[in-house]
Amino acid sequence: MRRSAVSVSGLRKSYGDKVVLDGIDFDVPAGSVFSLLGPNGAGKTTTVNILTTLLRADAGTVHVAGHDVTTATRQVRSAIGVTGQFAAVDELLSGRENLRLVADLKHLRTGDTVVTRLLERFDLVAAADKLASTYSGGMRRKLDLAMTLVGNPDIIFLDEPTTGLDPRSRRTMWSIVRELVADGTTIFLTTQYLEEADQLADQVAVLNEGRLVAQGTPEQLKRQVPGAHLQLRFAEVHDLDAAARILGTVTRDDDELTLQVPHDGEPRSLLALLNRLDEQSINLREFAVRTPDLDDVFLSLTEHSATSRPREEAIVR
Amino acid sequence: MSSVATAFGDSTVMLRRNLRHTLRNPTTVFNAILFPIVIMLMFVKVFGGAFDVGSSYIDYATPGLLVMAVSYGLGATATEVNSDMTKGIINRFKVMDVSRGSVLTGHVIMTTLRCLVACAAIIGVAFGLGFRPSAGPVDWLAAIGVIVLLGFAAGWLTVALGLAAKTVESAGIATVPLIMLPFLSSAFVPADSMGAGMRQFAEYQPFTPIIETLRGLLMGQPSTGSALAAVAWCLGLAFIGYLWSVSTFNKRA
Repeated sequence: MRRSAVSVSGLRKSYGDKVVLDGIDFDVPAGSVFSLLGPNGAGKTTTVNILTTLLRADAGTVHVAGHDVTTATRQVRSAIGVTGQFAAVDELLSGRENLRLVADLKHLRTGDTVVTRLLERFDLVAAADKLASTYSGGMRRKLDLAMTLVGNPDIIFLDEPTTGLDPRSRRTMWSIVRELVADGTTIFLTTQYLEEADQLADQVAVLNEGRLVAQGTPEQLKRQVPGAHLQLRFAEVHDLDAAARILGTVTRDDDELTLQVPHDGEPRSLLALLNRLDEQSINLREFAVRTPDLDDVFLSLTEHSATSRPREEAIVR
Repeated sequence: MSSVATAFGDSTVMLRRNLRHTLRNPTTVFNAILFPIVIMLMFVKVFGGAFDVGSSYIDYATPGLLVMAVSYGLGATATEVNSDMTKGIINRFKVMDVSRGSVLTGHVIMTTLRCLVACAAIIGVAFGLGFRPSAGPVDWLAAIGVIVLLGFAAGWLTVALGLAAKTVESAGIATVPLIMLPFLSSAFVPADSMGAGMRQFAEYQPFTPIIETLRGLLMGQPSTGSALAAVAWCLGLAFIGYLWSVSTFNKRA
């Protein structure tokens, strides 16, 4: 078994009466990407803050890079890099000076080289000597991540790194994460975007109202929801009725005039099914093969609580 | 590296950062100089003639104006400290293996340096207005020492005010009492010419012994009593400001 980069057991945290984390356990193997997924207010940022020594847990043990976060705070800090939800850059300094500041605080001897390389890697050379206050949101995020990478930390925490980024910047961020993993860095990522977790993560844990409601690889999680299905839309109600009689066990929606049939999308059996409908002169408007994605997992796992009471949107500052 | 050396190194890095901030935003220094100069012109050229202070009025008022230049520059420190705490950058420092106090130490040293620049400007203008001190080189050095000590003490107190304030705006306002204090001291008129109540306040508030010490040094008549009181006040205020800053910083951190 591989070494753990992060291991958490029985983690609890509450603010007054409000329980934010209600006993959480997980383990992140070194060199892997772990994604903590959850709606707003689920406790993702609180978890990151505890793991990165910004916040103390009420109960439970947390080891990061093999050190206990409460007793070996300094060792933990020197092994990690953190990029939070709000860009932690100094707006009155230029991009280069921001990177230099971090390099100096990390006592790097080769500070200049490190700074130049990071500016090149993040495509910030042209803006290097402009004040960070003049940067666009995407540039600020890039600078922020570049500052996190100074000194090559072993474990990097990214708290919603792509929230508010345009699709192109999001792809850039993903490719940077992949490069880091290729270099052996461990990534702990929180996100509300399921596609992001699906794209990047080796392991996904779904956090909802302070508990982990599911954990596993993206594939394992997808298997937890009803499988792939065929969605058929008909022109008239009598077509819908006729098709439902032929196809047997189906889920029907009379308002939308649709049927959902369990189906894995295999072409030959799909063709056979469509032929059967056609033989009965059933007027089929359109059809689509849907495979479950993490959105389905996410919605099915967090649905119950979301409908039982209105969710509080967390405003994190 | 030992923890003392690390703390010193980190503070130097932070000081360099604060220095860049000040150089990029020179209005903070300019403000700290402009207001005392306006007050100086008003008191020396407008009201000064009516005050009987037993000597040339510019000679009497300059030490008080130096203290005013120090206190007027504090607003910038309070707002900078507060905006550090409310913006994201502080979180980066907190998750790094950086000496915790270095952020604050950087601000205190920067405040002291700004005080010295503002005081140098005030002295320059005062010379132009006929200020004729009779201080020897040792007296000058001692006067600079008093200003450094005052800047250091006021710096820690202001850092605490900046940390305690909820918003950047209220952080700026929190230093207003420190700006008003020189008016209620022997800065512009001798305390014994004031009414009962005000006189006692002026005599016992910290700026009066500090101003009297500077006045004694610049006029070549140093007073040991005032000097001791001034040093005691500065050290006491620095200590209180330091403890308050550290506890507020840890609470917010």
